[in-house]
Amino acid sequence: MLVIESLSRRFGEKKAVNDVSLSVAPGGFVGVIGRSGAGKSTLLRMINRLQEPSGGRILYEGRDITALRGQALRDWRADCAMIFQQFNLVGRLDVLTNVLMGRLNKTSAAQSLLRLWSPEDRAMALSALEQFDIGNLAAQRAESLSGGQQQRVAICRALVQEPKLILADEPIASLDPRNTKIVMDALRRINRHFGITVLCNLHSLDLARSYCDRLVGMAAGRVVFDDVPEKLTEHVARELYGLEAGEVMESGDHAVSAGLKPAPVAA
Amino acid sequence: MTARHPAGRQLFGYGMSSSLPTLPDAQLAPLLEAYKCARAAKLRQTALFFVALTLAVIVSAKVAEIDLFKLGANIGSFFNYFSRLFVFDSGDLQGRSVLLDIGEWYWGFRKWLRLLGDTLLIAYVGTFIGALGAFLICFSGARNLSPNPWVRGVAKRALEFFRTVPEIVFALIFVIAFGLGPIPGVLALSLHTFGALGKQFLEVVENIDMRPVEGATACGASWVDSIRFAVVPQVLSNFVSYTLLRFEINVRGASVMGFVGAGGIGQDLIEAIRKFYYTDVSAILLMIIATVMIVDIATAHVRHRLIGLEEAR
Repeated sequence: MLVIESLSRRFGEKKAVNDVSLSVAPGGFVGVIGRSGAGKSTLLRMINRLQEPSGGRILYEGRDITALRGQALRDWRADCAMIFQQFNLVGRLDVLTNVLMGRLNKTSAAQSLLRLWSPEDRAMALSALEQFDIGNLAAQRAESLSGGQQQRVAICRALVQEPKLILADEPIASLDPRNTKIVMDALRRINRHFGITVLCNLHSLDLARSYCDRLVGMAAGRVVFDDVPEKLTEHVARELYGLEAGEVMESGDHAVSAGLKPAPVAA
Repeated sequence: MTARHPAGRQLFGYGMSSSLPTLPDAQLAPLLEAYKCARAAKLRQTALFFVALTLAVIVSAKVAEIDLFKLGANIGSFFNYFSRLFVFDSGDLQGRSVLLDIGEWYWGFRKWLRLLGDTLLIAYVGTFIGALGAFLICFSGARNLSPNPWVRGVAKRALEFFRTVPEIVFALIFVIAFGLGPIPGVLALSLHTFGALGKQFLEVVENIDMRPVEGATACGASWVDSIRFAVVPQVLSNFVSYTLLRFEINVRGASVMGFVGAGGIGQDLIEAIRKFYYTDVSAILLMIIATVMIVDIATAHVRHRLIGLEEAR
């Protein structure tokens, strides 16, 4: 159980995350939605402690995450794998090494500095890659891969961390529609097969509706919606997204998007 | 055909009116005036700058006692020295060009070659030790990787110190401590290299893409691990390139280490200069120049190949 207690983060005068309280049960697929700048990324990055909170606490199974330091902090980071919008792979290293970086926390410094990965770790990394049909790319440089392939490598890196939680920060924002589906399906598969909790920042409402079993809507750093996707009415969506509402709800039968469509050109 | 007519006429019409109409004078005058004013202000600034520059040159020349008349009066002996370098001043060929007897000119070729070898080795070992130290310290001095401002400050100040002290000064000190020979030369070069390369390495590190580092950190990798996997792959080719450049600079530096007794060809060169062995000076100088050129060409070749590899990636 992940519990967030009145978490805040200030950047100068601006409150990126403002008094957010949430609890996430194990095994869920939670979508965090809202317009850009609503504080979604900051929230996720604080859970992994890539960013320090200005106030509030994060608890996981009763343990105070916000107080962790040193090895305990690194162990927590291994437990909550992060997936980034820009993949954050090391372009000049090969794909397998990039995946094996997910094992760094469980490898001694002497072994990792010499790249003496254990045979079990190698087997694990290769199996993860093969699961997403990219086992044949193991020896290639990560930067030579397409965006969709790179994101799958990043998901494999997250998987070999054997995490309890996956935090995906706009994982599909730099991908085309076909790769979007592949990556979102991969996240769903991880969630269903391994029972790993997924917290996923999404910009698109349609995607959030079809993949998540719970939606958390954020606006100006606050949680303004927290319920099953079915409860997300058009009224709430408008409140969340304002003028962007039409853009994020692509299906044509929504009145909002129809209103924003350009008028048909007169013949 | 009829459907195309309107479009064609429109295009034609557009072409006719394409010469831009001039504004009436009443509107144009203030615009022109404003432009002229701005232009004049810029010219005044430029003129002022050049006046200040000239004054500064005159004042500094006075202070530094640079006397153009003295320079003019002595320019003859300056060139005279160079011409004497290439003329035998004793033996059968006294007063004749050195080119007439290369064997006599390069009488000490074997000895000088061995000393040049020493010089290259001093530069090589000095560069290697200095680069190793620079590699180890540069990550702790980089703003993006080292969170502790104290550690960063100490690293940066240390690098500044070692790069500011000229290598010849280090060599003088070490000659007193360790005695004559190549050891003080190596130490002096490695310390200066440590400071100079450390600064360059540090700047390379500060310009990396931080996303891979973030990816490693988010996996639970330690600081050392994230440098090993996310930083080093990004900076290694640049590090090698800068180190090769520094090696070339150090070959030049090592050739004067002998001036203060810190090994290499410099010892013989300074002796030849002091004792007015003109042809020896030219012989040794030409050998040093040739060596530096060869090293320059070789390292440039390797560096360009590295850069080429970089771009092909």
